[in-house]
Amino acid sequence: MDEDEANTEISRRTLIESGTTALLVTTLPRAALGAGPLEDAGPPLPSVTMELQINGRSHSLTLDPRTTLLDALREHLALTGSKKGCDHGQCGACTVLIEGRRINSCLTLAVMHDGQSVTTIEGLAEGDNLHPLQTAFVEHDGFQCGYCTSGQICSAIGMLAESRTGMPSYVTEDLTQPQPELTDAEIRERMSGNICRCAAYPNIVVAIKQAAGMPT
Amino acid sequence: MKAFTYQRADSAAHAAAAAVKPGAKIIAGGTNLLDLMKLQVETPSQLVDINRLPLDKIEETPDGGLRVGALVRNSDLAADPQVRRRYGVLSRALLAGASAQLRNKATTGGNLLQRTRCYYFYDVTKPCNKREPGSGCAALAGFNRIHAILGTSDHCIATHPSDMAVAMRALDAKVETVNHEGEARVIPIAEFHRLPGKTPEIETSLKSGEIITAVTLPPPLPGVQLYRKVRDRASYAFALVSVAAIVDSSRGRISSARLAFGGLAHKPWRVAQAEEKLANTSANASAFKAAANAVLDGARGFGGNDFKIPLMRRTLHSVLAEITRA
Repeated sequence: MDEDEANTEISRRTLIESGTTALLVTTLPRAALGAGPLEDAGPPLPSVTMELQINGRSHSLTLDPRTTLLDALREHLALTGSKKGCDHGQCGACTVLIEGRRINSCLTLAVMHDGQSVTTIEGLAEGDNLHPLQTAFVEHDGFQCGYCTSGQICSAIGMLAESRTGMPSYVTEDLTQPQPELTDAEIRERMSGNICRCAAYPNIVVAIKQAAGMPT
Repeated sequence: MKAFTYQRADSAAHAAAAAVKPGAKIIAGGTNLLDLMKLQVETPSQLVDINRLPLDKIEETPDGGLRVGALVRNSDLAADPQVRRRYGVLSRALLAGASAQLRNKATTGGNLLQRTRCYYFYDVTKPCNKREPGSGCAALAGFNRIHAILGTSDHCIATHPSDMAVAMRALDAKVETVNHEGEARVIPIAEFHRLPGKTPEIETSLKSGEIITAVTLPPPLPGVQLYRKVRDRASYAFALVSVAAIVDSSRGRISSARLAFGGLAHKPWRVAQAEEKLANTSANASAFKAAANAVLDGARGFGGNDFKIPLMRRTLHSVLAEITRA
């Protein structure tokens, strides 16, 4: 990274940390916005307009159709809690909830979700009261560097909701059971779409069990 | 990603009509297509979004089978009570594929149409006859651990990556389509995916402007259903070898067997002779070996994937032994 880029990066981070609005962020030079979809070659094509309900607030956006949901959140709405790890659906760091279901926000276009509700890590706490999964991750050291954590937590919320509806997994012995029990093996299998390079997995499993009200 | 225009389809016929235009692509779950677009392996000039079409139902058919809409998500199909009870091999295969996040997005139609995960197909700096016809195949003499051992050609040794399609092959599913003129067609799954031959870029029997609307499953056959997937890690990895088996047996005697294999070929692999060798026979090692020999007729390794030949034998033996043990 050369000096100019470093400076831009610092100023961008400072802007976001100080609670700058999305409007200001989108007026930054393109270079400051990182690997956005517009940097690739090709003539500009018509923008698309969409309405997204993000963490209970309505946002009207006009974007290049190439904009992934992850880039819309991070680069256009300054919601940088959702992380870009691999940008290919392999790591799970970008996991968000659409209408309550977990997906990889890097592998979908924002415009495909026009009119839908999106929940990100920023939408979980109520004021200063953390979501039970956030509290459990803190209490059990469910992370080290923290880069995968927002994806892990959103994924765990989706996973527990799936489990409540009776969703089986690859390790469920009897598929006809209406409500497969969430054993450690089940939690690990169901969370396999979220990679943690620090390998905090044992603590992540315990944190999820605590948040689910299971014995840890 | 290359620039494209975006439009939302309001009917399957409208989508098919839009998709017939050069450069247009249908997008459903998008988990594979968008990945390939980021790498510029796929460069559509127009995307036709079919996600809002009412193709997301699972219904019983008059003959006692099941009709699965093209937009039913992989997770919803795996969790469906009917599928879990009567088509366990399909539920298991779906749950063996990808991650929960991807299964929530990926669709039934899209799963069938996903592209190979051959490293050289993904790497636009390398020759690949599938991505760029006539450019050559870097996998033939390259790193080919994950590649095919059956049905290969000098032009392509890629595998089809789907687990779901392997179970559907064992179940004799049918693919329902509609074209841009509104004509419907039913394609048996055996004829849906193609071998690479000289045209590995043509992967299915779908014609231009023809889109999948549903997959139908006939009533399930009697017997035990099982999906076994062998891979490099316990979860969230593509199959090196997988077996979808439906075997009817009693007291060590097999009355009928259906076997489909993943990870071995450009399409889900099924060999009638192998199933005939097992029908009305005692469940023992020599019968299992005879079936494996029939499956592997014409098999050929390319160096890195030679291990798949013994791995397939052992996996099949393990599956048949487990099913017939009771």
